[in-house]
Amino acid sequence: MRVVVDGNEAAASVAYRLNEICCIYPITPSSPMAELADQWSSEGRPNVWGTVPTVVEMQSEGGAAGALHGSLQAGALATTFTASQGLLLMLPNMYKIAGELTPTVFHVAARSLAAQGLSIFGDHSDVMAARGTGFALLASDSVQEAHDLALVAQAATLRSRIPFIHFFDGFRTSHELNTIESLSDDDLRALVPEELVHAHRGRALSPDRPFIRGTAQNPDTYFQSRETVNPFYAAAPAIVQDAMDALAGRVGRSYRLVSYHGHPEAERVLVLAGSGAVTARRTVERLVGDGDRVGVLQIRLVRPFPAAELLAALPPSVRRVAVLDRTKEPGSEGEPLFLDVVSALGEAHSSGRRELPLVTGGRYGLSSKEFTPAMVAGVLEELRGERPRRRFTVGIHDDVGATSVAYGTELDIEPPGTVRAVFFGLGSDGTVGANKNTIKILGDAGLCAQGYFVYDSKKSGSQTVSHLRFGESAIEAPYLVSGASFVGCHQFGLLGTIDVLGRAARGATLLLDCPEPPDEVWDALPLTVQKQVLAKGIRVYAIDASRVAREAGLPGRTNTVLQTCFFALSGVLPRDDAIARIKDAIEHTYARRGAEVVERNNAAVDSALAALHEVAVPGEATSAHDIRPPVPDSAPEFVREVTGAMLAGRGDELPVSALPVDGTYPSGTAAYEKRNIADFVAVWDPDTCIQCGSCSFVCPHSVIRSRFYEPGQLEGAPDGFPSAPLDARGLPDARFTLQVYVEDCTGCALCVEACPVPNPTAPSRKAINLEPREPIVAAERERIAFFETLPVNDRARLDYASVRGAQFLQPLFEFSGACAGCGETPYVKLLSQLFGERLMVANATGCSSIYGGNLPTTPWTQNGDGRGPAWSNSLFEDNAEFGLGFRLTADAHARLARERLGGLRAELDGDGLVDDVLAAPQVSDTELQVQRARVEELKRRLDGIPGRAADDLRSVVDHLVRRSVWIVGGDGWAYDIGSGGLDHVIASGLDINVLVLDTEVYSNTGGQASKATPLGAVAKFATAGKHVPKKDLALQAIAYGSVYVARIAMGADQHQTLRALREAEAYEGPSLVIAYSHCIAHGIDMQKGLDQQHRAVASGYWPLMRYDPVIRDRGGNPFLLDSARPRMPLSEYTKSELRFRSLARTNPAEAERLAAAAQLAVEQRWQLYEEMATRGPERFQPDTRRTSA
Amino acid sequence: MNLATAYMGLELRNPLVASASPLSQTVDGIRRLDEAGVGAVVLYSLFEEELRREAERFAVLGTAGTESFAEALTYMPEAGESAESARRYLSLIERAREAVGIPVIGSLNGVTPTGWTRYARAIEEAGANAIELNVYDIPDDPRTTGADVEARHLDVVQRVLDTVQIPVAVKLSPYYSSLGSMASRLAAAGVDGLVLFNRFLQPHIDPDSLSVSAQIELSGPSDQRLPMTWIAILRGRVGASLAASGGVETGADLARYLLAGSDVVMTASSLLRHGRDHAGTLLNGLIEWMQAKEFSSLEELRGLMSVEREPDAEARRRAGYVGMLEAARQTFNA
Repeated sequence: MRVVVDGNEAAASVAYRLNEICCIYPITPSSPMAELADQWSSEGRPNVWGTVPTVVEMQSEGGAAGALHGSLQAGALATTFTASQGLLLMLPNMYKIAGELTPTVFHVAARSLAAQGLSIFGDHSDVMAARGTGFALLASDSVQEAHDLALVAQAATLRSRIPFIHFFDGFRTSHELNTIESLSDDDLRALVPEELVHAHRGRALSPDRPFIRGTAQNPDTYFQSRETVNPFYAAAPAIVQDAMDALAGRVGRSYRLVSYHGHPEAERVLVLAGSGAVTARRTVERLVGDGDRVGVLQIRLVRPFPAAELLAALPPSVRRVAVLDRTKEPGSEGEPLFLDVVSALGEAHSSGRRELPLVTGGRYGLSSKEFTPAMVAGVLEELRGERPRRRFTVGIHDDVGATSVAYGTELDIEPPGTVRAVFFGLGSDGTVGANKNTIKILGDAGLCAQGYFVYDSKKSGSQTVSHLRFGESAIEAPYLVSGASFVGCHQFGLLGTIDVLGRAARGATLLLDCPEPPDEVWDALPLTVQKQVLAKGIRVYAIDASRVAREAGLPGRTNTVLQTCFFALSGVLPRDDAIARIKDAIEHTYARRGAEVVERNNAAVDSALAALHEVAVPGEATSAHDIRPPVPDSAPEFVREVTGAMLAGRGDELPVSALPVDGTYPSGTAAYEKRNIADFVAVWDPDTCIQCGSCSFVCPHSVIRSRFYEPGQLEGAPDGFPSAPLDARGLPDARFTLQVYVEDCTGCALCVEACPVPNPTAPSRKAINLEPREPIVAAERERIAFFETLPVNDRARLDYASVRGAQFLQPLFEFSGACAGCGETPYVKLLSQLFGERLMVANATGCSSIYGGNLPTTPWTQNGDGRGPAWSNSLFEDNAEFGLGFRLTADAHARLARERLGGLRAELDGDGLVDDVLAAPQVSDTELQVQRARVEELKRRLDGIPGRAADDLRSVVDHLVRRSVWIVGGDGWAYDIGSGGLDHVIASGLDINVLVLDTEVYSNTGGQASKATPLGAVAKFATAGKHVPKKDLALQAIAYGSVYVARIAMGADQHQTLRALREAEAYEGPSLVIAYSHCIAHGIDMQKGLDQQHRAVASGYWPLMRYDPVIRDRGGNPFLLDSARPRMPLSEYTKSELRFRSLARTNPAEAERLAAAAQLAVEQRWQLYEEMATRGPERFQPDTRRTSA
Repeated sequence: MNLATAYMGLELRNPLVASASPLSQTVDGIRRLDEAGVGAVVLYSLFEEELRREAERFAVLGTAGTESFAEALTYMPEAGESAESARRYLSLIERAREAVGIPVIGSLNGVTPTGWTRYARAIEEAGANAIELNVYDIPDDPRTTGADVEARHLDVVQRVLDTVQIPVAVKLSPYYSSLGSMASRLAAAGVDGLVLFNRFLQPHIDPDSLSVSAQIELSGPSDQRLPMTWIAILRGRVGASLAASGGVETGADLARYLLAGSDVVMTASSLLRHGRDHAGTLLNGLIEWMQAKEFSSLEELRGLMSVEREPDAEARRRAGYVGMLEAARQTFNA
């Protein structure tokens, strides 16, 4: 049966049907495989043997591998899905699984490993890191192969007893939609007969026939034991080939371990594995047709390496071989595939079996770097040269190592009948969803279809580019579309920022979603676009899709309107047929959301074509405006040349020399990117404002800034610069301005929600309101420029124990790409304001590491003195330990500095400075400011003092100002994968601070359940509703007695939030602050996120509390309950969140049961907390670092 | 004491019916109403408008942020959604029917003609013993005439009657120009029961916060007069069961309504105010009163004070009116 699926679904569909247990953990880009398995299991879908597989989410990939190993040893057929760091966490178990000859298949969407930077994109670094485990490695090159070889791997593992990694390229294959022939249950059963399953069970641990497996072995026998498996590995290649042949016998699709394509007497040959082999095959076909004697060897079985098959497949005529690896092994003689090929050929040559061709090794396609026909041709051309590079790269410009192979800009090898289209849109406008629908529609209509989608690095206002191909024959082109005959630009503004027509062919059709009237569309196009239209003879069509959608009752959802226009203009199907199919697709997609939603989408389709018009193209380009530079000319050189290139979509062109050697990037570059993503932005009303600071406190994007200043500083202010008398005692003449950075505002409206003051003359308005950006942006630019000339308020003069005072502190985290209205970033920003000058942040992988550190731009910034947060992300699982390392070093270097300072007393002192520095208290900000000044004076005196001790002191002198070490991460880290480390670190007694941004799901990977997910909520991997209450992390930490603990929710009590963070930081020991963070994954209206925080607290779900060991030391009750008794039922909180509501639609009885249990849990916990808040101090564990009892 | 009574052809163990309220939002709540002794339960209303809004809201929330960021192309599990937005309500009917022996009456407030019939059929299929139509909307277009409103309501009721087999009641608004005529026409169309009256949530303005709130105020004894008047008038003169609703606090209030001629008496406010077990208090109060007055069955007392029993209805109407004026004069010392 023909179906359109992506690589993940193709593999998961086979894996699910051939296993009994799936042990899973989310990691990009493999998460969809696990999500599908979980979904199918919750729907009760059986495997081919009629049982419903059990799907269990573990706390980490290490946990998944452990559970998997146990499942296998107990006799089940078990599998997992993973990638990248996840696979690395499985390595210890993999050695065990392989050493015990245990059949299993791990399905891996192969992905880069985090090195100088993390990357979620595809290459073979992860699977190549597992090549020593003893697992077989089987590579699929396409969606169809991911389906077929998933079966081959399962058949082969059971026959050979060798465990398999079945891998395919992350994103390129895992996320590519393509038309495939699906395998039936009978196909699966035919290749995996039950005898094999029974044999596996027969080898399992059982008390009914006991034996011991997992002994400890000694020098006498370990070595020999290790050699016992050799015959199994020797037999494996033939077993895999047999399985491939059996598959071919059933379905006609034939695969080889090593397959050769090309000229039978080729002279030059490429060797590679994975999706790049498809591109290489198709390119070689063209080149051979053109008379070239070239070929390509595709390796499917990477381990055990099929040397004999390779030698047999390689034509004897070959003189030169280039082996392409999609991984990098710094310091090695070559990458793995290259070394394997060299050793196979070398051995054959040394034993006299064949001539030794020249073999070169190159790297390509790291982190989903494009690998195109032109690059294939380029490498083959390089081999033709007199002295081809021994080691090379292709696809980048390596101006440092000169490794790069040259290649032409374009080589179009696609069959003439293929329709190619690209669509530019925003994530929020539904473009990708509509295109996925289009692909399904065309697939159903009998065409072959392919879709690949490129997303940007921001979570708010993110751009998407959809690459679609359709044709009569199979689409084998795993690279982005160029030469498109149709370009859809679903956001008119994108024409002014990126090169929309760069991928357009001559004579292409351009469809614009444009709010301008028909006769004004042409003038609205940037000059460059007009020139491209004229040069390429492009026909331009426009529609005001936003208006059509709005009138159909679907404001903002322009997707169906534009999809209809695409079908009408492209002619890929007859118009009426296309419209009928669009409506069928709408019914399919939206039926579960109610008949009303279907009706509205159908109405949008019906009115689309009437609103579509062709734009008259005059003879010349006349536009008065052009594509804007991505960053201003005033930006620093690195930002202009490197960041700017990335922002403009030209990052691929950056040479190696342009990039930092060790992953070090400048802070604060987000400030240069003015994204202007919101049509409506916050605007201050000075007359209504009471200057409370609430709006800027909650602003997730740091776009609301306050300063006060002397009236004289208003001189030179631009017209209309808003200013009000400062509402503060002691400064009668001072003025106050609240400035909104409108170009960075995301229009999330949290500020409006937080504003406590309604405008007395217009009750629906407040002291800050959303208004259209376009009419004010030019004036606001000038005002912002002037605002920045006003002096930043002196910390020493601020009372930032109050919310209003804290908001005069400069945020050193600004303009991140987090979701509009993010519930996490206000806390992060507050950290940066309070402690930024001396802040070190260890950030667990997750949302906060992505909006905090995903290039091109960096939101962590620095102040006018050049001080600011030092931020780093190590991994997901190790963050607490990573941050502890910061503390250990800070303490060691502070000790060293103090020792050296003592030793240099004679040279440096005279006025008691050294003693002052050594004895200085450093808790309050005033104390820290004074210490900072002393250290600056010390540095001045150190200048010119010779000697090792002085040099040593200079290298660590900054440590004499106490550093603030914060360990920041989400609940996936704190409650699950990093739980052990977190527990250990808070038990250390050392002065670290932990901020848990608790969204109660794995937000960054798309909302999978964690142990923080509340009882009764639905999440991925908890589709039937979470059955176990959330872990009480606060109580766990309190048990140590030495940990400061707080639970905060900014939307419920800003002052308590502020107080808890300050107390945590000041506490000389470990602190743990758990922050309620509303999240898009809750299924809420993000504008109401703060209301939800309020309800979470008011219902008793999220009791605000602090536990301060210092109070116990002083004889008081350290447990402080900061919120009032529950004053609304839990349902008042849960009713507005889809995560709680959706279960009521699918399983109302269970929803009711869980809701009742959740209410009870809230009440019981409140009783416990209330009891704790009234206990005597003696009933709490003392801080044994200080007291004995 | 035999309190058994019939309502729209349903056999009830007594005439006290728990009307739509939060008390019947869960199966457990319904079970406790049954245990407290009520004769039947009317579930809270299924509001089509609310379902429409919810479906749209879920569509927006379920797709927010999707297909935007490579690591998180969706945020909600696919299986977490269902085709039937009324599933929760229908499941409550199904489970309530399994859990209790007393009749379970579904309640529906529709908007569109297809909505009225679609959800009425769904409520019947879920097993409801009867359906109560909560026909109410504010005719806020000043051009709408009373005749338009009546015609629209009759049309809706007719569509539902044509769709379902179970008994159909209409919860009436007191604001028709001629309630008697409307009641007669509804009964003639085939409506099995009339519930007098619907109470409507009306917005309230808070002058401090300059906001509008939808406060719910429970009914009190002063709310009895209007329904009692109309039940007394309609008793025996329309071919439909009559249910009184509003202001019940004591067993005596039950007695009043039954004397006026209602087949059953509904209450939500008193159960919300005093708890579900107040149902027992109400019924005991009724029994004690019946014993004191030596009634042995409801048939003996039902409608004793209705207009139908008054030989000179016109005289009673005038007397009642004059009497009320007189009472008012005394109260306010005018």
